[in-house]
Amino acid sequence: MDKPTTVKILKFNQEKCNGCLECEKACSQIHFKTKEGKDKSAIKIIKKGNIYEMNVCDQRGLCIDMCPVGALTRRKNGVVLLDKNICIGCQACVGFCPINAMRKSDARIEPFKCISCGSCVKACPEQALELVEVKLDNIKQVVYHKQGV
Amino acid sequence: MVEGQIPIEEYKTGNTKHKWDNKKMKSSHKILTKYTYKKGEIQKGYTNRTLHINLTTNEVKEKKITEDMKKKFTGGRGFGLKLLWDSIKPTTRWNSEENELIITTGPLCGTTQYPGSGKSLCLTVSPSTNIICDSNVGGFFGPYLKFAGFDAVEIQGKAKKDVILLIDGEEGKITIETAPNEETNSHILADQLTYMYASEDNERSRQKISVVSAGKGADHSFWGCLNFSFWDIRRKTARLKQAGRGGLGTVLRDKKIKAIVAKVEKISGVSNNPADPVKLARVGTKIHKEIRDLDRYQCNMRAVGTSHLVEIMDAYDLLPTENYRFGCFPKASKIYSPHFYELFTKVIPDGCWHGCTMACAKTVDGFTVKTGPYKGQRVTVDGPEYETVGCGSNMSLWDPLWILEFNFYCDTYGLDTISTGTGIAFYMEMYEYGILNKKRCGGLELCFGNSEAVMELLHRIANGDKGDFIKTAAKGIRRVKDWMIKKGWGDKQLIEDTGMESKGLEYSEYVTKESLAMQGGYGLTLKGPQHDEAWLIFMDMVNNAIPTFKDKAEALHYFPMWRTWFGLNGLCKLPWNDIEPANNAETDEPAKVPEHVQSYVEYQNAVTGWNVDKEEIILQSERCYNWQRAMNVWMGRGRRKDDWIPYRSMGPVTEMEYNSRKERYDKQLIEKLGLSEKQVENMSVSEKMKTLYDYRQNQYQKLADAVYYRRGWTPNGVPTPQKMKQLGMDDSKILEMLQQKINEDKKAGFNVWGGKYSKGEKPPSNDPHYWEKW
Repeated sequence: MDKPTTVKILKFNQEKCNGCLECEKACSQIHFKTKEGKDKSAIKIIKKGNIYEMNVCDQRGLCIDMCPVGALTRRKNGVVLLDKNICIGCQACVGFCPINAMRKSDARIEPFKCISCGSCVKACPEQALELVEVKLDNIKQVVYHKQGV
Repeated sequence: MVEGQIPIEEYKTGNTKHKWDNKKMKSSHKILTKYTYKKGEIQKGYTNRTLHINLTTNEVKEKKITEDMKKKFTGGRGFGLKLLWDSIKPTTRWNSEENELIITTGPLCGTTQYPGSGKSLCLTVSPSTNIICDSNVGGFFGPYLKFAGFDAVEIQGKAKKDVILLIDGEEGKITIETAPNEETNSHILADQLTYMYASEDNERSRQKISVVSAGKGADHSFWGCLNFSFWDIRRKTARLKQAGRGGLGTVLRDKKIKAIVAKVEKISGVSNNPADPVKLARVGTKIHKEIRDLDRYQCNMRAVGTSHLVEIMDAYDLLPTENYRFGCFPKASKIYSPHFYELFTKVIPDGCWHGCTMACAKTVDGFTVKTGPYKGQRVTVDGPEYETVGCGSNMSLWDPLWILEFNFYCDTYGLDTISTGTGIAFYMEMYEYGILNKKRCGGLELCFGNSEAVMELLHRIANGDKGDFIKTAAKGIRRVKDWMIKKGWGDKQLIEDTGMESKGLEYSEYVTKESLAMQGGYGLTLKGPQHDEAWLIFMDMVNNAIPTFKDKAEALHYFPMWRTWFGLNGLCKLPWNDIEPANNAETDEPAKVPEHVQSYVEYQNAVTGWNVDKEEIILQSERCYNWQRAMNVWMGRGRRKDDWIPYRSMGPVTEMEYNSRKERYDKQLIEKLGLSEKQVENMSVSEKMKTLYDYRQNQYQKLADAVYYRRGWTPNGVPTPQKMKQLGMDDSKILEMLQQKINEDKKAGFNVWGGKYSKGEKPPSNDPHYWEKW
């Protein structure tokens, strides 16, 4: 099987965002079948002064090596997927995500993450979000393993 | 280059592949008993029942856990003590029919969100000490035992032929079956049984099996350990963690148990059915993040496990070298952690239970075995941990590859690396002095540094060598001391002083000569000299934070109680203080790591739904700690005389040791004993040694006085009924027994302080019967 070399990740066009949070609502619909957004959304829009910032998984995959049961895998399309039927809810991936993009909602013990499905892109009325293809070699990250700092 | 993100199916260790006819092996099993049970549900960390198996009668039954039992004994080791109290007699010995091997879990055991939550606590009457030994161990068995439906399993009686006990949580059945054809040594047996009992032929099914076993070494020694397996889906092999201390594996094999297998239907993040899963995930994630951010600046556990301690101990003169004669050595840098780091497999998760991001369970994969029955094969070696490396330096083995060889065979033969290493180090010193020699050692040239002879000794033990030396050596230091003294070889005092055992158990790997508190941490203990009760060397010797007897006694009260708590709950101690919050040093009591203590309070409340605070969790421990001491007294071994420690752990036994640290000791004679420089100059080395000997022995007795007083015990070390009642332990049988022993001590004149107090010094209380007024 050929290994993926690229993956689609979310790109945020900050200047277009008006903070309507339609993206979060669309995302929580995917993960929890609800329009609540917030802690049930994998994408987060944060207001910083007059501008908005996005926090979401960039598919770097550091978490894959953290999973003791192999619930996190890189799929054929390059996306890192968490299989919640295998996950044992240890939160190792949540704790070790360097950009805090692995999400945990109070609704269930298993975390969840962005799967680059594009729902938020479609939901955004301002076209502030898009999926762009990047090379895996440029984003891949391995968990810290060195001896010493 | 270190690669990451390798799919689990593609991961390779380079180990030798084996093929066994599992179907044929399984078909030769004869089912002796089949017991079916209702699976039930875990409620807030408890299954509320234990499993009792009698191998003589092949009976299986369930016992209920009452609310009263939880209140008094909490769980884990506490439950083990209660179950033993109900089953054994004061005369019970390790190989008695009624002795039990108990494996317990604890209410927090099996939690996946908080690192270090998969520990089992194992208890039995130890062949080494003739009292209860408790040993904690990682691996999947504890959590699986609980998920299969039981908070503990107690095994009594003996089978006639080798058997396997299967606790099948998928089908809700227990079977006792004969197992004539499987390998005995653990690294093979654990793999065989995992394949045999997995429901499907895939890694996820195999991950739902855990095997407890001990190898051939446990058959023929008192050093038998229990190997707890945890299937590694990436390495595709059963990895092993050890309940090392006190000969639990010896008891397993004496009962003719080849293995205990636990199997679960499913594992989830809420298998424990915690009272507050949201809170639990929050406390757990917080510590995961701390480890992520700080481990690399602190202990580097994720990179090298506990082996990071080697260079620290060497730097502080604490690394036992040549049977604890020295605390550092010029060659020691050869076994510093960077050498093991080079060999360790990196990147993939190395927790011995799911969710442990401390991940200290390092392995060397594809290690080529140099000697013995597996010579030439490539295997996964779990470890070495600090203690095992310390055994290397203690035996003067300075080659990481020989330490790995020693580690591998100890594990697969089911031998405790600590007891084995410390034992052999003592034999080597006796060899150096000519008290032992080639002839007396069955042809082995057991001099310091002879790695081939060490391995030969292990192989001979495993093969059941009938020679006097091997048979005695395998029973440990205490028996070898008695043997040599009986034979009239060597000076009795030298033998007693240099053999590093107390209560019959070998010391773990720290030099304690300059830390009185740590001498107490090894001697004033329940099971014997193991560092799991207290590790106070830095607090005492380096930071001088506990200068007085009262301070040391407070530390020898608080820390043993606090550390006992982990064992009541099924937890590992490492995530408490082998990672610390960034601002820990600025807190009032940094040695306690207050923020983490609070996290543990919240953790216990989140699982059990209780509302305890940090004082109450110490009380949980105090109840069980005193109970265990009371049981030691009951079995004839819980008095001041039993807290004796060898002088090697207090000071220099030989002139060579004195001279190697002459400046230090001379200075102490002046500063601490008040001798003048001139006096010291005019003394011979042996005079100086004698003066220091008397002083340090007396210091230890004074420390015991202070500690017994702080713990609420008599001056002879017996827990008082008054103290037991204060703690709510009101079992009339144990209270009467204690009162009777105290009366006996009184009659014999033992209820007096043990230290000699000079002018201006005071014992802890003017009234040595202080507790009677409570």
